[in-house]
Amino acid sequence: MSSRLRVEMIVNGEPAEAFVEPRTSLADCLRHHLRLTGTHVGCEMGACGACLVMQDDVVSHACLTLAVQAGGSRIETVEGLSERGALADLQAAFHERNALQCGFCTSGMLMTAHELLRREPLPSRERIRDALSGNYCRCTGYEAIVDAIETTARRRASAQAPA
Amino acid sequence: MNAPLSPLDRPNSYIGKALPRPNAKRLLAGRGRYVDDIQLPRMLHLAFARSPYAHARIVGVDAEAAAHMPGVRRIAVGAELAKLCAPWVGTLLHFKGMKSPPQYPLALQRVFWVGHPVVAVLADTRAQAEDAAEAVRIDFEPLAPLCGMDEARAGDAQILHDGFTDNLAFRTTLENGAVETAFAAAAEVVEVDLVFGRHTPATLEPRSLIADFEPGERALTVHHATQTPYQFQDVYARHFGLDESRVRVIAGDIGGSFGMKLHVYPEDMATVAMSLLTGRPVKYIADRGESFLNDIHLRDHRVRAALAVSREGAFLGMKVVDDTAIGAFSAYPRTSAVEGNQVVRLMGAPYRLTHYRGELNVIFQSKTQTSQYRGVGHPIACAATERLVDLAAARLGIDPLEIRRRNYVTQDMYPHTTATGYRFERLSLEACLDKLHRLMDYPALRAEQGALRARGVHRGIGIATYVEITNPSPAFYGVGGAHISAQDGCVLKVTPSGEIQCAISVTEQGQGTETIIGQIVADRLGVERERVRVLTGDTETTPHGGATWACRGAGIGGETALQAARKLRDNILGIAGAILQLEAAELDIENGEIVDRIGRARRLSLGELAALVYFRSDTLPPGVQGELTVAQHFAPKGFPFAFTNGVHASLVEVDVETGFIKLLKHWVVEDCGRIINPLLVDEQIRGGVVQGLGAALFEECLYDDQGQLLNGSLADYLVPMACETPDIVIGHVETPTRDTELGAKGCGEAGTSAASGAVLNAVNDALAAKGASISQIPMTPERVLRALGVV
Amino acid sequence: MKPSPFAYARAASVAEAVAAFRASGDARYLAGGQSLIPALNLRLQAPELLIDITHIAALRGIELRGDALRIGALTRHSEILASPLVAEAAPLLAAAAPWVAHPAIRNKGTLGGSLSLADPASEFPAVALALNARIELDDGERLRAVAADDFFRDLYETAAEPGEILTAVHVPAARPGQRFAFDELARRRGDFALAGIAIAGDFEGEIAARLRIAMFSVGPTPMRARGAEAALTGTRLADADIARAQAALGEDLPDIPGDAQTGAAARLHLARVLLKRQVARLRDAPEARPA
Repeated sequence: MSSRLRVEMIVNGEPAEAFVEPRTSLADCLRHHLRLTGTHVGCEMGACGACLVMQDDVVSHACLTLAVQAGGSRIETVEGLSERGALADLQAAFHERNALQCGFCTSGMLMTAHELLRREPLPSRERIRDALSGNYCRCTGYEAIVDAIETTARRRASAQAPA
Repeated sequence: MNAPLSPLDRPNSYIGKALPRPNAKRLLAGRGRYVDDIQLPRMLHLAFARSPYAHARIVGVDAEAAAHMPGVRRIAVGAELAKLCAPWVGTLLHFKGMKSPPQYPLALQRVFWVGHPVVAVLADTRAQAEDAAEAVRIDFEPLAPLCGMDEARAGDAQILHDGFTDNLAFRTTLENGAVETAFAAAAEVVEVDLVFGRHTPATLEPRSLIADFEPGERALTVHHATQTPYQFQDVYARHFGLDESRVRVIAGDIGGSFGMKLHVYPEDMATVAMSLLTGRPVKYIADRGESFLNDIHLRDHRVRAALAVSREGAFLGMKVVDDTAIGAFSAYPRTSAVEGNQVVRLMGAPYRLTHYRGELNVIFQSKTQTSQYRGVGHPIACAATERLVDLAAARLGIDPLEIRRRNYVTQDMYPHTTATGYRFERLSLEACLDKLHRLMDYPALRAEQGALRARGVHRGIGIATYVEITNPSPAFYGVGGAHISAQDGCVLKVTPSGEIQCAISVTEQGQGTETIIGQIVADRLGVERERVRVLTGDTETTPHGGATWACRGAGIGGETALQAARKLRDNILGIAGAILQLEAAELDIENGEIVDRIGRARRLSLGELAALVYFRSDTLPPGVQGELTVAQHFAPKGFPFAFTNGVHASLVEVDVETGFIKLLKHWVVEDCGRIINPLLVDEQIRGGVVQGLGAALFEECLYDDQGQLLNGSLADYLVPMACETPDIVIGHVETPTRDTELGAKGCGEAGTSAASGAVLNAVNDALAAKGASISQIPMTPERVLRALGVV
Repeated sequence: MKPSPFAYARAASVAEAVAAFRASGDARYLAGGQSLIPALNLRLQAPELLIDITHIAALRGIELRGDALRIGALTRHSEILASPLVAEAAPLLAAAAPWVAHPAIRNKGTLGGSLSLADPASEFPAVALALNARIELDDGERLRAVAADDFFRDLYETAAEPGEILTAVHVPAARPGQRFAFDELARRRGDFALAGIAIAGDFEGEIAARLRIAMFSVGPTPMRARGAEAALTGTRLADADIARAQAALGEDLPDIPGDAQTGAAARLHLARVLLKRQVARLRDAPEARPA
């Protein structure tokens, strides 16, 4: 029962392989087998959002996904999105606004923000807070995070607006 | 015409500037290095078999089956680890009469709270360790738990600990003036009986450590998610009989602490012990369930207080009884009495008050230990005091802001000693209140409240004033015998290319410590702040110091860095002067260049000077040694604490049909002395406020009568999330302290200290129109409905 | 916490899944996993085998079939939220979807999973009840459909037999003259509600001819408030009618769960407030009536 299975995924654009027990979560597989430690574990029950990753283009809790379930999936973690520049303006806005303190919730916040702005390019502050409803932060009190996402949305909109 | 440069315009003027944090970029890229991210060679994983009972005798332990399960390397019970680790006792000498029994890494004869670790299981993976822990058979004889403060103090109460004659860890009374006389002369007396919910920290990163014992040199390295690596260096060395110089504690990136990660936990000691036993690195990460059951709890108080007032609204006297429920043991090394001690000493603090009596009872319970967490006793004292003030205002028909203004300590009274012996250098109580009044447009809000009430919409406005202890001296812990430093040390060095490395004993958990230290060093030296690298958290590479607690990083750490920078600057200019054959006083440093003080002509760069010192010492003038590394320690003198002050306001709307409370807005006007970085101060305030909002509406640990925690998960213990929290408006007043050149006080806890009190007052303000009031936080919908008589 | 060990298998068809279930004797179906995996992580459950059914194509898809919307069991909550077909043909489902947990949970959680688990505090079982959806079950050999009224039996207990897989949900498409209302009261956004309500009504002019009122978090299953329905049926939903319906709710909801934070009495009160407000909305608000 504890025998391991081979799992193949595309992680951050590259083939990845791990040899894991069926009970190993995707979060633990990413962190400990693939050494992608930017995704964090906060509750192992989907209540805090620290473990969010992109799985087949949607934001998903890596703690609620078995690694074996993710076999054949395309996974993107904060490292991958960061390296290909997909988060650059969000990261810059977070940095300027100090929308992070300890940083433990931050990769999850960036994932949520990334998906939100793809689905709703110019969300209201209320809609931003709504999207963040499953992302727990104990440090910032959320306002700076809302500000940073709102700023990024506005900048993207004005970058696309005709001159 | 060009205006003369203001202080903020001159080059390298960083103090007072809102600047982002250099060390935040890697956190944004997923390159944080938290303890669980670290893998060491041959590392093993620790799990525990724990008590399911709040109180029980351990009759027997059978780990035979567990020991043979896959991946299991070692199993240990209490007696075995007790041989390796000297027990610890959570008392301090200056709390006279305080008592608490010795504690051990694992339970010995009895278990004292649900979750108390009994057996340690070490395996190749955490999952295997948990499988084996589940297979450990422990034979318990359940005993009656001690649940409830009144139950614990009843005449026939069982005494929890052998050899004690009661269930009080500590008791004290304070008295000043003639309080009964004052009450007898009062026109009115208002009273409160307030219940405060027990909290748990719920940091997103749980407690985490890796203990790595190397037997050859008997050297221990601990990667520890702690605020205070120096304290743990001392604790591990003393309790495990190791040389202090061979104990290294490394506090890297920490995922939230707020005080929780200051205290000694049995699991920490068990982790070190298991590494000693095996000679291999041992990792322990508390999972969320373990966190709820075993992290320090806090804020479990019942406060009965009374305020005597004159007809004109002057505060004449105050009486307080604070009963606080702790755990089965007092925490170590900071005790479980400090929170209550602060409550009885901070009651009434912002006001002119002489006649006072306070009584504190710190009561053992069959629950997990409690200890210091953001704000400590301030939120309780503030909420209780400010509730009394609002009641007095209502009783006398005086506006709540006005009654405060009439009673605040005034500017001509400083330095001022409170009725409880706290000494204020200088506060800005009225100035903050005036600023708040303008910032929130108080008259407009009152008018709007009245108009909406006529339409059946019930809004409330609540105010809460706080004073806050920061920059603590040894009066806090040192005098009690604790090895907790109240000073800091800084080593500053110039690198060969002229950059600056700063190793300092204050620590970073995301509040921005490294950033503000870098700002101060760069500002005082005259270099660009990008050229300064600040290193913290490693006992091996930084001087011994106080690290992070009680808002000391900016005030004490900052002053340490400032003085170190001045020392280094003097050295640099001395060398430069000798090389250039000028007086040091004729030179200055600007953007890393040594320049003429007058005229600002460039002479040579810091890099050129450093290269000469390091590589061409043969060219230096005779007698010039070239000390480009300096060490500087600083201990606060003068006032025992640097008190800050401020005032909060909360605007709420209460749905009187459902009992639901909406937080519409929150304001804070605060004075933390000289502000180093307003961006960081504002965000500390916001984060602190939201924790206080959690206290006001959501957070409490709920127990059944057998001491079982009923809501030990993030689904059931309700922490505030983004939709429940409002935008927060912040204003500042600056009253620098003269005890340091920097003038900075602390700000990390101010948001939490008054937020829950402001909301409590706001909700009561809303309910007053319905003739209802509420005296318990969190203010759940059911409690509001009960207050309204609807349920 | 880490789960107890288990084996894992992927099924390509319903028949394969059911066969694996029967062969094991201690298996659970794994779809979205948003409720099952937390239970495994907390070691509240420890099956020997998880059978992943998320690759069974027949369980996907949203389509209008005549006067009913067929929603495949594997349809994610986020798909329900975004589907124009659902918005038009099953507006009550669309109204409930934003209330379900949080965005990332909605990306994975499935309608079939939600109805199979039948958590009494969940939104979709109550909506299914309000719409009298037909719930399709497949045991590998035969397909059957159970009306929502008969599907939810007791706490976490449905009409599905062990091994039977919920394959689709058939919802009657919205008709002219229908009005819908949905609301819940939760401590925080995305939390399980303290009380919730889903109403589907057939109106003849301003008269409520037929009403189905389903409430959640107020019993061991989603609850039809039949006494409240009776008090309102045939009326114009005047305030006096609503008051009678509120009074009837006490008998409609005999077994309200309470917890340490909110007791049964408070929940009944909240249920009454919700009933009043949402029935008034049905009466007054233009947006309660689909275009």
